[in-house]
Amino acid sequence: MSQSVIKVENLGKLYRLGEIGTGTISHDLNRWWARVRGKEDPFAKIGQVNDRATKGSSDYVWALKDVNFEVKQGEVLGIIGRNGAGKSTLLKLLSKVTAPTTGSIKIKGRIASLLEVGTGFHPELTGRENIYLNGAILGMTRSEIRSKFDEIVDFAGVERYIDTPVKRYSSGMYVRLAFAVAAFLESEIFIVDEVLAVGDADFQKKCLGRMKEVSTNAGRTVLFVSHDLNAVAQLCKRLLLFSTGLKDFEGDVETGIRKYLSTYKSSSHFIRKNAPRNKTYIKEVWICDANGDAVTAFFHDQEVHVVFNIEIEQGLLLKPDVFVIVLDARKRRIFACELNALHPQVKLVIMPRQLVRGEYSLITLINIPNKQTVDELVDICQFEIVDNGSQMSKHGGYDYGMVLGKYRWDV
Amino acid sequence: MNTKTIALPAAEVEPLHQEAWTEVIVPRSRLLDLRLGELWRYRDLVLMLVRRDFVANYKQTILGPLWFLVQPILTVLTFVLIFGRVAGLSTDGMPKVLFYLAGVTLWNYFAETLNKTATVFRDNSPIFGKVYFPRLTMPVSIVISNLVRLAIQYGLFLVFWAWYLWCTSSIHPNACILLTPLLILNMGLLALGLGMIISALTTRYRDLVFLLTFGIQLLMYATPVIYPFSSIASHYKWLLQLNPMTAVVETFRYAYLGSGTFSLAALTYSMAISIGTVLLGTIVFNKVEKSFTDTV
Repeated sequence: MSQSVIKVENLGKLYRLGEIGTGTISHDLNRWWARVRGKEDPFAKIGQVNDRATKGSSDYVWALKDVNFEVKQGEVLGIIGRNGAGKSTLLKLLSKVTAPTTGSIKIKGRIASLLEVGTGFHPELTGRENIYLNGAILGMTRSEIRSKFDEIVDFAGVERYIDTPVKRYSSGMYVRLAFAVAAFLESEIFIVDEVLAVGDADFQKKCLGRMKEVSTNAGRTVLFVSHDLNAVAQLCKRLLLFSTGLKDFEGDVETGIRKYLSTYKSSSHFIRKNAPRNKTYIKEVWICDANGDAVTAFFHDQEVHVVFNIEIEQGLLLKPDVFVIVLDARKRRIFACELNALHPQVKLVIMPRQLVRGEYSLITLINIPNKQTVDELVDICQFEIVDNGSQMSKHGGYDYGMVLGKYRWDV
Repeated sequence: MNTKTIALPAAEVEPLHQEAWTEVIVPRSRLLDLRLGELWRYRDLVLMLVRRDFVANYKQTILGPLWFLVQPILTVLTFVLIFGRVAGLSTDGMPKVLFYLAGVTLWNYFAETLNKTATVFRDNSPIFGKVYFPRLTMPVSIVISNLVRLAIQYGLFLVFWAWYLWCTSSIHPNACILLTPLLILNMGLLALGLGMIISALTTRYRDLVFLLTFGIQLLMYATPVIYPFSSIASHYKWLLQLNPMTAVVETFRYAYLGSGTFSLAALTYSMAISIGTVLLGTIVFNKVEKSFTDTV
C-alpha cells in the first residue's frame, strides 16, 4: 500500500457572514480577551452548519466542519458537491491561501494548486515573461522553468505568439498558456479546480490526458474538484462528496456520483399553473428514476422515467396522441416517442444506453396527427446524462454524435 | 516501511511519523515564526516581480525609464519656484536646485515604497486569494524595484552634484558620503516596516487607506525636505528629531553638500526605529497573511 501524502484531521473553517466593518473591533477585542483568559473563541461556538438557502440565526457559519480524510500517493481524488458545499474552502485551506479555524492538514511534498489558471499573469508582459513570472509564483525556480520552457510552449501551442504581450492573446490562448505552465510544475501534489471549464474540447481532452499522465506515470497525487461529473468519472478512482460543509461520502466514484445525483433535486418538475382554453391538457410532468425518486441527472445506463398527469375532456371523438421529443443542449431534436392513447397518468421510460452525456430537455405535446395540436410544452424538464463508462467515454472531449448507436462490427 | 514500525511501542512511532510530513497547516502559528527561509527559497520570484514592475510600467512608452527623471526634475523646479522664490525659505546657503534635489530624491523613495507596500494586500488580493507564496515577497520586491528607480534618480543627483562641485565652490562634501548605502538601507527598512504594518491593518480596517495618502504628505512637512533642519526653532527641534527620516535626510545633505547637521546619536536612533519597525511589521504581516483573504 502506498503511503498517504495528505492527512486532514478535524478540519474546520469558520466564516463570518454579512458586512465586516462596524462591530469588527468589538468582536476582535472579545476574541482577544477570550484568548487571554485561555477560553475558546466565543464566536466559534455559535457557528452554524452552512446551508446557504435557509435563514440562520448566527452571523458565523462553518464553511467546513470536522472534515477528516487521507490521500494516498499517486491517487486521483475527485471532490464534488453543490455550490457552497465547502469544496473551494477546502482547496483554499489545502493551498494555504487561508488558514483553518480548527484542525490540521499534514502534507508530504510540494503542493501546486490551480484554483485559477493564469494567476499573476500580467497583460503587458509577453508570453515568455509571463511563463517565468507565473512559474515563479507557483513556486518554480528560474532554472526549473528554463528546463521546461520548450515543453510548456509546445503543450500550449502558442509558439508563434511567445514574444507578444498576452493582452493580445485570444482568451483561449491565454488559458492554454496558463494551464501549460501549471501542468509542468514539478510538484508532488496537484490541486485542480474547474480549470477545464475553459478552452476548446480538444484542449480539455489534452488537459485531462495530462492529469492522468502525471498521476499514473509520475506517481503524483491529484485532487480534482469539478462540477463536470463526466470528467470526474473519467479521471478519478475515489471521491469525496461534500454538502453544507460536511463530508457526506468518501469512497468509489460510482457510488459517490449516484449519491450526489440522488440528492440533487432541482426544478425539473413542471406544473401547469393556469389551465389553457382547451379542456385537454398536460397538468404535470416530472422526471424520476426507476425507484420513483425525483432526480435530474442519470447515468447513461440508467432508465429515465418521465411521468405525465393529463387532464382529459370527456366525450372526445378523436383520441389524440401523446408525443414527446427529446432535445439536446443545443435544442436539436434527438428522437421522438409517441403513445397512441390518452390516460390521466402515463409514464414514459427512456431506455438506458442511448443518450450520450450532456443536458437534455423535452418537448411534450398532445396532438391529433396531421390535424391539430391540442397542447404543447416546449423545453421543459431538464435532465442530465452522465457517462459512467460507455464504450465512448474514453473519447473524452471529442464530439461523437448525439446518440450511442447500436451497431456491430464483423471482422 | 510500515511493517517495521508497527512492532514499536506507540510512543516511539509518533515522532517518527511526524518527521515524514514536510508541512503541517494549523490554525495559528507561533508569533515569531517569520519564515524568512521560505522567503529565500522564493528569491527568484522576488526578482521576477521586480522585473515585472519595471518592465510593465514602461511598455509602450517612448521615453521608458527616462520618466523616472522627469518627475524629480519637475518637482524640484516647482520647489525652487514656490518654496525658494515665492516663500523665500532658507536652503542654508546651498544651491537651491541641489538642496531640493537631495531632499526629493530621498523622500520620493521613501514615500513611494511606503505607499506601495501599505496597499500590498489590497492591490494583490486577486493573486493572494488564489495561490500561495510567501506574501513577504511582494513588499520586499517593492522595496527593491523602487531601489532601481532610486538609483536612476540618484544618478541624476550625482550629475548635478558633480557639476556644482566642479564649477562652483558652494558645496563641501565629506567622508560621510560613505554612509550612503546605510542611509538607503535605513529608509528602505523604515518604509517596508511601516508599509507592512499599515497593509496588515488595512485588511480589517479600511480607514487607514484614507489616512495614508495625506499622512505621507504631512510626514514630508515633518521631515526637512523643503527646509533645512537648522531653520527650525530650537524648542521644536526635538519634535522633528522624533521622525526617523530627519536623520536620514540631514546626514545625506551633510555628506554631499556640507550643510546641515550630522549626529551619530540621531542616526543610531533612526536606524534602531527602522529595525524595530521592520521586525514588528514582519510579525504583524505574517500574522495577517494567513487569513486576510477572509476579510479583505
